[in-house]
Amino acid sequence: MAVAARKANKSTPIKNPARKAVPNSPQFDKDQDLAAYREMLLIRRFEEKSGQMYGMGLIGGFCHLYIGQEAVVVGMQLTTQPGDEVITGYRDHGHMLACGMEAKGVMAELTGRRGGLSKGKGGSMHMFSKEKNFYGGHGIVGAQVSLGTGIAFANRYRQNGNVCLTYFGDGAANQGQVYESFNMAQLWKLPVVYIIENNRYAMGTSVNRASAQTDFSKRGVSFGIPGEQVDGMDIRAVYAAGQRAVEHARSGKGPYILEMQTYRYRGHSMSDPAKYRTKDEVTRMREEHDPIEQVRRRLLESWKLSEDELKAIDSKVREIVNEAAEFATHDPEPDPSELYTDILLEAH
Amino acid sequence: MPRKTMIEAIRDGMDVMMERDDNVVVFGEDVGFFGGVFRATQGLQAKYGKSRCFDTPISELGIVGTAVGMAAYGLRPCVEIQFADYMYPAYDQIVSEAARLRYRSNGQFTCPLVVRMPTGGGIFGGQTHSQSPEALFTHVAGLKTVMPSNPSDAKGLLIAAIEDPDPVIFLEPKRLYNGPFDGHHDRPVTPWSKHELGEVADGHYAIPLGKAAIRRAGTAVTVLAYGTMVYVAEAAAAETGIDAEIIDLRSLVPLDLETIEASVRKTGRCVIVHEATLTSGFGGELSALVQEACFYHLEAPITRVAGWDTPYPHAQEWDYFPGPARVGEALLRAMEQ
Repeated sequence: MAVAARKANKSTPIKNPARKAVPNSPQFDKDQDLAAYREMLLIRRFEEKSGQMYGMGLIGGFCHLYIGQEAVVVGMQLTTQPGDEVITGYRDHGHMLACGMEAKGVMAELTGRRGGLSKGKGGSMHMFSKEKNFYGGHGIVGAQVSLGTGIAFANRYRQNGNVCLTYFGDGAANQGQVYESFNMAQLWKLPVVYIIENNRYAMGTSVNRASAQTDFSKRGVSFGIPGEQVDGMDIRAVYAAGQRAVEHARSGKGPYILEMQTYRYRGHSMSDPAKYRTKDEVTRMREEHDPIEQVRRRLLESWKLSEDELKAIDSKVREIVNEAAEFATHDPEPDPSELYTDILLEAH
Repeated sequence: MPRKTMIEAIRDGMDVMMERDDNVVVFGEDVGFFGGVFRATQGLQAKYGKSRCFDTPISELGIVGTAVGMAAYGLRPCVEIQFADYMYPAYDQIVSEAARLRYRSNGQFTCPLVVRMPTGGGIFGGQTHSQSPEALFTHVAGLKTVMPSNPSDAKGLLIAAIEDPDPVIFLEPKRLYNGPFDGHHDRPVTPWSKHELGEVADGHYAIPLGKAAIRRAGTAVTVLAYGTMVYVAEAAAAETGIDAEIIDLRSLVPLDLETIEASVRKTGRCVIVHEATLTSGFGGELSALVQEACFYHLEAPITRVAGWDTPYPHAQEWDYFPGPARVGEALLRAMEQ
């Protein structure tokens, strides 16, 4: 017991994910870097604004920010084809923006307004878009993994050539249904890519304190599912590994696991002061590995963009986010009659 | 009309729907090659192929979870949980995902899913193969809960359930698979082949969810029952000579309150019977609804006859099971007042 307690209290040194990077990390051309920069910046600014609005009391309840992890979803989206599905857990704002869902609708759902993507019925963790093939936002840790597997089954059944990108975290990776899903996906060779966003903390518990096997790319070994660890802070590495995984799944070889080594700068949710890690650790990640800063540096140094040009991108992004915040602040709340709608097709 | 057992009728219902709609897929533990532990899916894999009727690992949570994903995509999965007692690992997916998908996606995604579960006791299954968990589902907004009591209804209700745009929990009283069991465990059961409700029409027909059936018309007391208890109530009425009106609810959610209300207003008395344990059972809900709707028509307190508040026993199964003697006593008591 004493040993276990000591072990648990010892702060665990954080690995430098950059060291894990594929040696020949593929290069992006100027357009790719620009697009990546814009997309990631949109998520970052959106989440910063969400945090502010939460602080102002405009967003209630739960709110999990994606700040720090932007390269994962933006990089993975670059590997998709029209028709591919995306499903994720509760840290979902970034995924929705990356899927092309309107910032206004996402923000208005956070504030619980009628213009929200789920008309205020879902909130931060529960938003969907049939049009963008985004299957939600799920608040139960790990539940989306079975659903993603089922969507992949439907893809195979319909022979539509689509791949379902199924995201979950290092915390969800310890849920039983994940392994039920792995087994079925490999047994039936389903077109699914399991993307484990290892941001190193399952709520407030570090991976070393919660996981017997902290190399999440190996979590499919007993089912024969290939996996790899990816520097999730470098969008180029995400993109390269994502292409391998998606290609594998689409070609009928079955599921593929990508462990994205990433980091969230903010607490698990808005009510988390993040006392389980040092300020130093966060600062080091921000300063040395920030996914957006990496691209920014390339834009300035390799592609010779000026600070002014980057500022222009930033103000465009801020405009979108401010407009969304404005809408989400003034859009009316749902009509009381909405309380009883969309429960079953017919009302009883 | 051909007569079928309840299992054959259920199989026929799936067969009809698989024939009509290739979105319908049927799966579960031993459902494909083996044809299901109760043989409900026998022959379906041979007829429709392994992509439409197949075996799964023993993973209830995974079975229901993947089915929710398929349903969200637009398929119509009809899955079997081998015994209702095995449903508990999958309860999270049923409650948090299947029942809530329509609501939280504002109707963008729906979950046309059927989960079939053999339910109830009477087969010496003990505590993990005999339970009646219907109240765990009726309590969940966003689910429909159905329990047929005969082959003809089973097929029509199952077809309606598969066609329904929302998730339906389909509870099959396994003691009724072969015949209408009335609780007299020491007597042979009439097989469905000799019972008029064993007559099952060929082809497609649907019985709308939310419509009760009056199994025995009467004037003295209304009995609300479903599943096996319909026959137990019939036996109790015959043995006590009380002119009971026996209503087979067939569907608990949605509930046919109209038929219930009309009957209780007429009889002024109401006895509720279910096999599940008493406390917080569906009988409590029925009792509340009846008194709210019929208070000034009641001549006697509403009574419930249910399983005891114990785990489902093995050796003492027939002490637990609310048989005709207990239901008969309740009928007599209701008439005393």
